[in-house]
Amino acid sequence: MKVKLLSFGITKEMVGGFEKNMELPSGTSVESFLEILKKEFPALKKLTSLRVAVNEEYVEGSHEIMERDEIVLVPPVSGG
Amino acid sequence: MEKNNIDIKLTQEILSLDICSAFVGADDVGGIVSFVGTVRNQTKGKSVLKLDFEAYEPMAISEMRKIGEQVLLKFEIKKIAIHHRTGTLKVGEVPVIITASSAHRKAAFEACQFAIDTLKETVPIWKKEIFEDGEIWVSATP
Repeated sequence: MKVKLLSFGITKEMVGGFEKNMELPSGTSVESFLEILKKEFPALKKLTSLRVAVNEEYVEGSHEIMERDEIVLVPPVSGG
Repeated sequence: MEKNNIDIKLTQEILSLDICSAFVGADDVGGIVSFVGTVRNQTKGKSVLKLDFEAYEPMAISEMRKIGEQVLLKFEIKKIAIHHRTGTLKVGEVPVIITASSAHRKAAFEACQFAIDTLKETVPIWKKEIFEDGEIWVSATP
């Protein structure tokens, strides 16, 4: 299935770009998705924390990714 | 909960404390408290030249709105404004203003504290500190 990955802050530099279109096996969980990403982009392992948002909401590792989801990497936020 | 008791703004423009105060003011308000964040000139002894703020805009707005809703449920406040800036800010400029009004002051103080603490935990906004000799994404790595 096709999904869109958006990366902000330091993760944009770690995965080499803001927007990536990716192909994932259907039924991929957020946790497995992160494992795949960390293998491809080991720099992600250096982060203090890495949360994931799907379609503008934070999700847990067990959340199942669906076709055409917008997945966003959320490294430690630092607003304010 | 009435939606028009919450004012959320994410903008590249200069923030206005007057606009925030005007939004939260009302005849039954006895006090208005604001938290104004400013760009500090140093981090751990290193001189900061400027900060770059970047946001995942639609989610930043919805997370700020959630904070406003939580604050209205949790504290006896009348209204709250949460305004955040993006883009490049120099030392002394204001990236965030949170203003709350209440009948009695305690609730507005507590609401502002809760709102800024939560914003720093949940709202997808990131800042990069730019020094003379380099730059760093704040809190990203140990």
